[in-house]
Amino acid sequence: MTTYVAKRLLLMIPTLIGVALLIFFLMRVVPGDVVELRFAGESSFASKDNLDKERARLGLDKPLWRQFLDWMGGILRLDFGVSMWTGAPIIEEIRLRFALSLQLAIMSTLIAVLLAIPLGVIAALKQDTWVDYVVRIFSIAGLATPSFWLGIVFILLLLIVFHWLPPLVYTPFWVNPWQNLAQLIWPALAVGYRYSAVATRMTRSAMLEVLREDYIRTARAKGLWEKLILSRHALKNAMLPVLTVAALEFAFLMGGLVVTEQVFNLNGLGLLFVESVAHRDYTLTQALVMLVAFVFIVVNFLVDLAYAWIDPRIRFR
Amino acid sequence: MRCSPARWITRVVVTTVVLAAGLGVAALVAAQDKPRYGGELIFVVPSEPPSYDAHREETFGVIHPMAPHYNTLLRTDPLDRTGTKLVGDLAESWTVAKDGRTYTFKIRKGVKFHDGSELTSKDVKASYDKIIFPPQGVASDRQGQYGNVEAVQAPDPYTVVFRLKFPQGSFLSSVASPWNWIYKADILAKDPRWYEKNVMGTGPFLFVEHVKGSHWVGKKNPSYWDKGKPYLDSYRAIFVKDSAAQVAAVRGERAHIQFRGFSPAERDSLVQALGPKITVQESPWECVLLVAVNHEKKPFDDKRVRRALTLALDRYQGSQALSKIAIVKEVAGVVVPGTPLATPTAELEKLAGYSHDIVKSRAEAKRLLKEAGVPDGFSFTFKNRGIPMPYEPVGVWLIDQWRQIGLNAKQEVVEAAAYYGQVLRPGNFEAAMDFQCGYIVEPDLDIYKFQSKEISPANYSRYTDKVLDELYQKQTHAQDPEERKKYVRDFEKRLLDDEVHYIYTLQWHRIIPHSAKLKGWTITPSHYLNNQLDTVFLSE
Repeated sequence: MTTYVAKRLLLMIPTLIGVALLIFFLMRVVPGDVVELRFAGESSFASKDNLDKERARLGLDKPLWRQFLDWMGGILRLDFGVSMWTGAPIIEEIRLRFALSLQLAIMSTLIAVLLAIPLGVIAALKQDTWVDYVVRIFSIAGLATPSFWLGIVFILLLLIVFHWLPPLVYTPFWVNPWQNLAQLIWPALAVGYRYSAVATRMTRSAMLEVLREDYIRTARAKGLWEKLILSRHALKNAMLPVLTVAALEFAFLMGGLVVTEQVFNLNGLGLLFVESVAHRDYTLTQALVMLVAFVFIVVNFLVDLAYAWIDPRIRFR
Repeated sequence: MRCSPARWITRVVVTTVVLAAGLGVAALVAAQDKPRYGGELIFVVPSEPPSYDAHREETFGVIHPMAPHYNTLLRTDPLDRTGTKLVGDLAESWTVAKDGRTYTFKIRKGVKFHDGSELTSKDVKASYDKIIFPPQGVASDRQGQYGNVEAVQAPDPYTVVFRLKFPQGSFLSSVASPWNWIYKADILAKDPRWYEKNVMGTGPFLFVEHVKGSHWVGKKNPSYWDKGKPYLDSYRAIFVKDSAAQVAAVRGERAHIQFRGFSPAERDSLVQALGPKITVQESPWECVLLVAVNHEKKPFDDKRVRRALTLALDRYQGSQALSKIAIVKEVAGVVVPGTPLATPTAELEKLAGYSHDIVKSRAEAKRLLKEAGVPDGFSFTFKNRGIPMPYEPVGVWLIDQWRQIGLNAKQEVVEAAAYYGQVLRPGNFEAAMDFQCGYIVEPDLDIYKFQSKEISPANYSRYTDKVLDELYQKQTHAQDPEERKKYVRDFEKRLLDDEVHYIYTLQWHRIIPHSAKLKGWTITPSHYLNNQLDTVFLSE
């Protein structure tokens, strides 16, 4: 087990280096740079001399290999540098948005799981009955409905029916829980419903598969209580694929809720991501990609560890 | 005719009631228009300041949340809809020497920075020196606009003198630029980049906080030099990028206003939802979409072809149709309509493509194409910027109009961020959408870009026209407004009619629906103007 964990941890390093190389050069391939956008976009007065000076100040005049090494050196010292657009430290830019994105990802994942597991189990147990059909329609509707669209519907309903709109400015949960939930519950519901659809279908099919396994038949033959068979033997084993889906969705939600954040005006990492790319803010985009890659790798690693806990048949080699 | 006593009494009673009601309404209106103290103004801003230094930035995301912290030397009258009437801000009075080369400004006494220190001419000089002669490593976005300034002097604590290389009719407008905030000299002397990350001005509101990506807060400056102002206790600017979310914020009464502008559809939805709770102010906007025609590509090097392109446009029909769906409306020349130097309609109609007789114009366009050797028209690519409003509808309209004279334009949309660097600046196009937007109504700014490519890096049509350059110089040097007007007209005629170097589409149209509670704010043609908030108050 220890060797496995050590190996997995070591494997993170080449993965992160690969991501770093990819994002660094991809950003340079995209036309335009931050100086062009900020000072010469529509201006009739910006001189080439001034633009060159600004590029030199930001280190954009150095050879690419040098820029890459400087950046990697900074990462090793946990110094991600400053945003090329705002001049603020990147850690500060991310810190401001991290709490909101994390809370929204947790709330959305919780809603997704709380909806998906009971619905998936019920649909499997009542296969091909009207209950199953209702659950399937509910989940297919979730798959077909983009969460941002659902968000817009929520906002319009709140505005038209209740003449009320969620707060526009984020308040941390520990400062004012009511204000915080009044803002975040709606996007969490919109996103949670969307992701519950995937997990519901996954739970249903996994349960159906497990319920046909020999050990379930054996347990029933032994005369075990049906509820015990379902909870201890069937559900636990059916959770493996559901866990994978839920965990990867959580990782995705950390930086992928771009449109939903726009619709609800949430100051999260998704919006920051899009703006950093639009501004050609190389340093910030690179840092955000590295952060999301790191979250994905860690979540994957934790899911693999959880497999052994849920299913003792799985052994690490 | 005689009147019975009963009827007479009825008339008297009715007249009295009507008069009383009228007076009551008048009193109510007067009471509502009388500034009321207190309250917090909440507005949404679709952009955010990259840094806090207005001298180096060019987005309104800096002006809207931050202008209330600062003053400029002059400003446009906050009650003037044309945005052209200049009044003193920190300058109490000013004089212009007979030779037109020396401008002397008297600075108000008793103006305090937010740290309590007094503002003097030294601060004005240091701020303008930073704008015009920035030290090494300091970016000044509009430095090129002040190339005519020889020196800025502060002969005594309350006098600032600008010495120019030659007379410039637009100079007063230049010092009313909403970007030219006056900073503190001592701070600039220690660190000329201090203002990129800090706020400290003399304006009507003190800085409270900025949470990046979220909001900006200012509170009333109790020691403001303009006694009795500001009326608001505070203001809160909320950064909202998505336009649907901006509309929802106003509709849900979470915000009073968005100062940049909404689309016609957004205006209509707000009016429908909020009825009397919303007030709408509209104005021609100091922004326009233009077609840059690349003179280095055939057949666009032929002015007959360029003339055909503009003659094909039915601007009046376009105005009617597009103003319902996009933020464009007025048919205009190089100066924003409704302002003193704008070309009157009768005169405008004489320019190619501005006639009401579109059948005649298009027949002339076809004749010109035939004369230029392309009687059956030709195909070309029209490059457009990847911004939906209003680039997309205007682009579609242009293509349809050109089709009417046998030209087959294929639209290619290029990502907004890469557009200038990949398309316009390197001349990688045949015809392409270009954009002109001023932060103050001033021909010097409006027409600067149209000078020869050797002078103006933003001349994307890539031509050289010495006559045009000469006309620019003549209008900028002219001291007499009538003389200047004449040169601006000549410039316009040569640019849009004689040579058709560029093609004007339709003037943008600024639409501001705002809470009826918000008073004391007047729309202007530029969304960079009138954002100090010192005259704004909330009626409830």
